[in-house]
Amino acid sequence: MPEQLAFTIEVFLNGLMAGVLYALVALGFVLIYKASGIFNYAQGVMALFAAMTLVGIQNGQVPFSHLINAIFGTDVHSFGWSVHSGLAIVFTVFVMIALAWMVQKFVFRHLVGQEPIILFMATIGLAYFLEGVADLMWGSEIKSLNVCAAEGACLPQGINMWIDETTFTAFGYGFFIDNLDIVASIVAAILVIGLVAFAQYTKQGRAMRAVADDHQAALSVGVSLNFIWVLVWSLAGFVALVAGIMWGAKSGVQFSLSLIALKALPVLMLGGFTSIPGAIVGGLIIGVGEKLFEFLIGAPFLGGATENWFAYMLALLFLVFRPQGLFGEKIIERV
Amino acid sequence: MKDQADSYQTADGRTIGPVVMEMRNITLRFGGVEAIKDISFDIREGEIRAIIGPNGAGKSSMLNVISGFYVPQEGEVWYKGARRPPMKPFEVAEQGIARTFQNIALFEGMSVLDNVMTGRLTHMKTGLFSQSLWKGKAEREEVANREVAEKIIDFLEIQAIRKTPVARLPYGLKKRVELARALAAEPTILLLDEPMAGMNVEEKEDMSRFILDVNDEFGTTIALIEHDMGVVMDLSDRVVVMDYGRKIGDGTPQDVRNNQEVIDAYLGVAHD
Repeated sequence: MPEQLAFTIEVFLNGLMAGVLYALVALGFVLIYKASGIFNYAQGVMALFAAMTLVGIQNGQVPFSHLINAIFGTDVHSFGWSVHSGLAIVFTVFVMIALAWMVQKFVFRHLVGQEPIILFMATIGLAYFLEGVADLMWGSEIKSLNVCAAEGACLPQGINMWIDETTFTAFGYGFFIDNLDIVASIVAAILVIGLVAFAQYTKQGRAMRAVADDHQAALSVGVSLNFIWVLVWSLAGFVALVAGIMWGAKSGVQFSLSLIALKALPVLMLGGFTSIPGAIVGGLIIGVGEKLFEFLIGAPFLGGATENWFAYMLALLFLVFRPQGLFGEKIIERV
Repeated sequence: MKDQADSYQTADGRTIGPVVMEMRNITLRFGGVEAIKDISFDIREGEIRAIIGPNGAGKSSMLNVISGFYVPQEGEVWYKGARRPPMKPFEVAEQGIARTFQNIALFEGMSVLDNVMTGRLTHMKTGLFSQSLWKGKAEREEVANREVAEKIIDFLEIQAIRKTPVARLPYGLKKRVELARALAAEPTILLLDEPMAGMNVEEKEDMSRFILDVNDEFGTTIALIEHDMGVVMDLSDRVVVMDYGRKIGDGTPQDVRNNQEVIDAYLGVAHD
């Protein structure tokens, strides 16, 4: 196999893996958008918040320690224990559920029936509020994330060196593939299958789809909108946690994590705002597309750095030719 | 006037039971507009109760009060012998009151079967956790619910479109699917908001037949709103007539037909 082809395959595979991470973020958007028509700008910040909470709990950090110290003149920073990753994840899930409940109770319950643009503005507010809370709660320094199921069975750390390392060999060519990306792909696959099965086959999933389709009709068959919205925000919080763990392991838990939300936008335009499989396929296409484009066209002919804008250009093309995305709900209308 | 707790036989041999729902002096306002003015009436078990009246009479508002979509400013709703506190619509649904809508509110993206299955939601009792595991109780419950749904689909003769997305169906069939979804809840009271609006004669006959069959087969109490006087007279046991938010008549179709105020309202006499 010629070197060039093998190299292209390697780039392709790495693109796929990057795409999985985009898809993870996009998934959270889709969940909330489907059920409530809210475009949740805060999804990226939720991922950041979840990752910071996880690290904070793991390290036994005292939440709001700066605030406490400033007010009471104390000097507490840590409980002095560390919590097992599994347990810390469970606690973080509870925190995300509590967050979902509060978001519903204090923000969106009061905005029922408002224009989409107003709901969107509310999520922008929520994003900045949550970022502030995360900062106040856990501090702003960059933290590393180590998630271990047991001694020695840890989530691999992302490798930031580029391509000159070899992780496995095939066709007489040494491929570089980040182990973390492989784990992330498997986790994402399980997550998506789980979510789709939940939506299709369970009572709550059916109620969720009912709410997504028609609020009035959902009420008439005995579905509590409030419960479903809390459920959906909790699920989105859980997805944010998974995304936060993967991104956090890759590049450290830092505030720039909240910006990955912007990369999810083109993914959503490609996959459609209302489709869970669409978010995945969209993520993969963007991931592969931007890596291959950079490798085959960008770097040799355009002077490189195309990865920054390729996704948005692709999204723009989709908006022109197929506005509902690849898998978005087709607009069927009988006249 | 029969006593609230009494049952009686109709001319065609059906048994009408005691009062199951009673509206007492209901007044509903939207800002300064009184949509319903001090209306009282009752619904007996097993009967077909019609609410009729010209456009804007407040019929749909009345149905929305019964189903919890509107909360009246004054008056009481009594259900199964107890006063019902103000409730959310989904709580009313859980109490066994199912409804259809004037402008069809179906889940357009779902198949007919899925729509009917959502009608069973109030009968699914297993918790979030066991539902997610999809084992044992949750699985048995799903199978049992599916059986009821299939029975109702057969009953309303919509087997052929079970898997069709609702958005693709013509209007008349959508109305029937909506009825199926409401029926799937096995409701104590079934509320139908203009079940025959916009239908041709043939479709109206079909729908009338289904309504009678449902009442006959399942013994479901039905309260319906309808414009078509002929249909109402054929279908219902008792009729409430509304005009400009007031009740102007209440009784058997025969009584109502001979009521001068009702005739005026329908033929159009100047209101002063």
